[in-house]
Amino acid sequence: MSDRRSDRNGFEMRKDLFADERDDDLNEIGKRIRRQDIEGHVTGRSPFYDDHLFDGLLHIRCVRSPHHHARIRRIDTSEADRMEGVVRIVTGRDVPVNLNTLLSLLDFGLDDEPLLSEGKVAYRGEPVAAVIARTEAQARAATRTVRVDWEVLPHVLDVEEALKPGAPTVNETYPGNAFVYHGKYDHQKLRYGDVDRALAEADHVIEGRYQMSPIEQAPIETCGAIAAQEQNGRYVCYTGTQALFFSLGTASKLLELPSSRLHFIGGTVGGGFGGKVDSIHEPLAILGTMLTGQPCKSQWDREEEMQVGAPRGAERWYLTDGVMNDGRIVARKFTGYFDSGAYTRLTSYAVIKCAGHLPGPYTIPNVHADVYCVYTNRTPATAMRGFGITGVDFAIEAHMDKVAETVGLHPVELRILNAYRDGDMKAHRRLAKNCALVECCQVAAQKAGLRLSPDMLAASSKTGGGGPRAELPAHTATDQNGLVEGFSSGSYARKGGAPASPAIVATLPPGASAPASRPAAPAPEPKDPAPRPDAPRADTSPPARKPARSGAMRFSSLSGFRRR
Amino acid sequence: MTRVETVATTAEAARILSDGAAYLGGGTMLMRAVNAGTAPPRLVRTADPVLRAVSARGDTVTVGAGVTMARILAEPQLDFLHPVARAVGSPQIRNMATVGGNLFAPHPYGDFAVALLALGARARMAGAGGTRPLDDLLRDRDRPGGLVEAVEIPRPPARAFRFHKVSRVKPRGVSVISIAVLAPSPGGKLAGVRVAYGAMGPTPLRAAAVERVLEGGRLDQAARERAVAVAAEGLDPPTDALASGWYRGEVAGVHLGRLLARMEEGR
Amino acid sequence: MTKIPVTLTHNGAERAAFADPGQNLLDFIRRGLGDLSPKYGCGQGSCGACTVTIDGETRLACLTLAETVEGCDVRTAAGLGQGATLDPLQQAFMDHFAAQCGYCTPGMLVSARALLDRNPNPTREEVVEAISGNLCRCTGYDPIIDAILSLAGRKASA
Repeated sequence: MSDRRSDRNGFEMRKDLFADERDDDLNEIGKRIRRQDIEGHVTGRSPFYDDHLFDGLLHIRCVRSPHHHARIRRIDTSEADRMEGVVRIVTGRDVPVNLNTLLSLLDFGLDDEPLLSEGKVAYRGEPVAAVIARTEAQARAATRTVRVDWEVLPHVLDVEEALKPGAPTVNETYPGNAFVYHGKYDHQKLRYGDVDRALAEADHVIEGRYQMSPIEQAPIETCGAIAAQEQNGRYVCYTGTQALFFSLGTASKLLELPSSRLHFIGGTVGGGFGGKVDSIHEPLAILGTMLTGQPCKSQWDREEEMQVGAPRGAERWYLTDGVMNDGRIVARKFTGYFDSGAYTRLTSYAVIKCAGHLPGPYTIPNVHADVYCVYTNRTPATAMRGFGITGVDFAIEAHMDKVAETVGLHPVELRILNAYRDGDMKAHRRLAKNCALVECCQVAAQKAGLRLSPDMLAASSKTGGGGPRAELPAHTATDQNGLVEGFSSGSYARKGGAPASPAIVATLPPGASAPASRPAAPAPEPKDPAPRPDAPRADTSPPARKPARSGAMRFSSLSGFRRR
Repeated sequence: MTRVETVATTAEAARILSDGAAYLGGGTMLMRAVNAGTAPPRLVRTADPVLRAVSARGDTVTVGAGVTMARILAEPQLDFLHPVARAVGSPQIRNMATVGGNLFAPHPYGDFAVALLALGARARMAGAGGTRPLDDLLRDRDRPGGLVEAVEIPRPPARAFRFHKVSRVKPRGVSVISIAVLAPSPGGKLAGVRVAYGAMGPTPLRAAAVERVLEGGRLDQAARERAVAVAAEGLDPPTDALASGWYRGEVAGVHLGRLLARMEEGR
Repeated sequence: MTKIPVTLTHNGAERAAFADPGQNLLDFIRRGLGDLSPKYGCGQGSCGACTVTIDGETRLACLTLAETVEGCDVRTAAGLGQGATLDPLQQAFMDHFAAQCGYCTPGMLVSARALLDRNPNPTREEVVEAISGNLCRCTGYDPIIDAILSLAGRKASA
């Protein structure tokens, strides 16, 4: 085995495997290079968003819900208004378009989350007002004096409880507490072959239940943004976002500002890991600047980062495998629940990614999955490294070990036996290419000192696949379980396919007013020096006018599905 | 807003404390509250040299309440406390955190106080406050009734004192449990045994049942097994992000047993 | 609001600025002195991103009241090296890919410099101990340790 490179961390370049498939002319991989930004890092000069000094910078801190679920009867800011250093107190009424869903920029999902909540809160820590003050300490002190009259509502914190009839409705946009896929179903379906028949014919039926708690990305730099006025009615925004144009688009929508008036500067992120895409601080900081005429910073402290910063969501999985005595897995059935928390953020998309990944890197002729994006009264979940994949991979691989134990095979051998090979048809109806699981298993076994049988050692990802294994199943069993009414696949951004405003009005929590009925601009207090945007609101959301497409397909380029 | 008064002596500081001010020592706890906006508006500090003094008389070492963990590690005469000071916080924290502050550190902090409790240390109060056993001070530390100026620590006999901290993150992590054992055996029989736990209650506390079964016997396997059996007796350990109360109760005996075995073997 | 005048030595230079009551040293250094190299990560002494030295000892700026450093010698990562010449430690971090996002790096450098000044020939274990108060969430500890160890045995620099 020639041409290996190992370092102390166990990283090893293996060029002997698949040598005929690669041009060995890599200039960077396997070689030590210098980061282009590292001189800034070691001199402390890298410009993170908080490293921009502004004279007269104001500080924004939010008043947050102490309850998991509560109606807001009244917010009394009179005492806070009089506190030392307080410049302005912002509530949902000040937000030009106070209802959004992140993926509306991709025309996926209905607006369901306010920037500052007005009618009710659906998770602990949900912001209902923001205090803008001269110092952070003054902003903190003032938030404690804002009086909110809460009517506490029953809450639900468990995904399966949330789907039961009679559970409290967490998110009024989706009264059944589940995201609606393709305008039709309360879950994402994957149907490939006939799982029930295959289970009936299998030698063993092996069940398992797996779950994963939420995981906080915990970047060392907490999330935040600073906004300030530029010339010509533009706003500059320094941000720690991982998704600069995504955040810009979100701010543009919430603030009813054409994106040409927003100048976003980012790219130096103090650790993201997926958690810096939610675009909360940018619109808030810019709104603060619009309302006060002064530079404003919105920044979570560590406690907020942990409590209200959106984590990788919890997942719960039920797996049922049909397995033959020789270890071949002939059927695999999944029921999965992604805990989205109180709002959608990116969990709807995590589910799509997940469905495309099932049943893991194995060739199984019958696969069935129902995957739910569930609303609970927990902190909303968002992206984190491989989200949509990580939790179910844990479930799948734990289940593989259970299967191996049941049929008396070594876990590595079970994996080699069932691994997908080049040319195999996968459950999402694409042919597998460039497979390498068999080889990974062989190398891992060797490293672990495990002796594999000659058959297993001789196995290769390049042989044994294709042929009949490339065929789609002769019959795929389908069903209409989980059908929901009142949603349309025509345009995700508009419930029922109707024009936005009336449909959204119907979904607002009681007590909230419709965004369209609000003044187009925040009240000028003390005075808003910026010119008003020219375009009326309805013209600022072109994605809603796009023709309908399939929800699953449009994400293929984002989800990492490989088209090789 | 926060106002800090700097005074010359511990006695003056103690007087101001009685008006509802908070004492600013190393800052590792109080500054968290200042940053969060939850500290009392009035803080008091003093550079009184008594707080920095370390002195020995007979078998008692007196350590000023303002002595840092790093300073403890630099004092050869406090070698029996080196493993304890090293277990507190990070290098930066050890340069700041003080002996006096540790007595008031909330769960799960306060490992140094656990050792001092097992050693039978006494707190010397500023002014005319006299001295108090740490047992008493810790029991009602929410109302300390004065300012701790120094701690008087009886030096343990050779090999009679042992400290162990269990944490999930190494080399720095907060306690799942910390254990300090003072087990002198003059003439072959254990006498004056003191066992203290950290992270097993709201404050560092004594393991009375363990002390009872060890007292008067020898430190051998049978004694160890008796001690392990009653390790968490009468305790109601707290649940936090690191461990549940149930878990702490279950593993207390395991870690106590290992510590006693090491003492027995003189390791 | 009453302002408190604070005079100190900052990276070798005499400086004076006003602190707010209750202002921590981190905020004072960043906004009062304009040295942005120490970072806010937690405000509770957990992460070490704000590590500075005060009179030669590593401290957490977020847990230090600004007004208490009157007359002290405060040093930060921005004070490493001389002019355009990097400290060998900074160079070692560059050579060893010892940073990903870079947010923990200034605090990490201050801890490492303090170690090497005190102990020019540390063991791997001593390096691990010395940076145990500096969290890196990109999990880049190994290259950081390698970078610091690469200077072990060399003469401490200014």
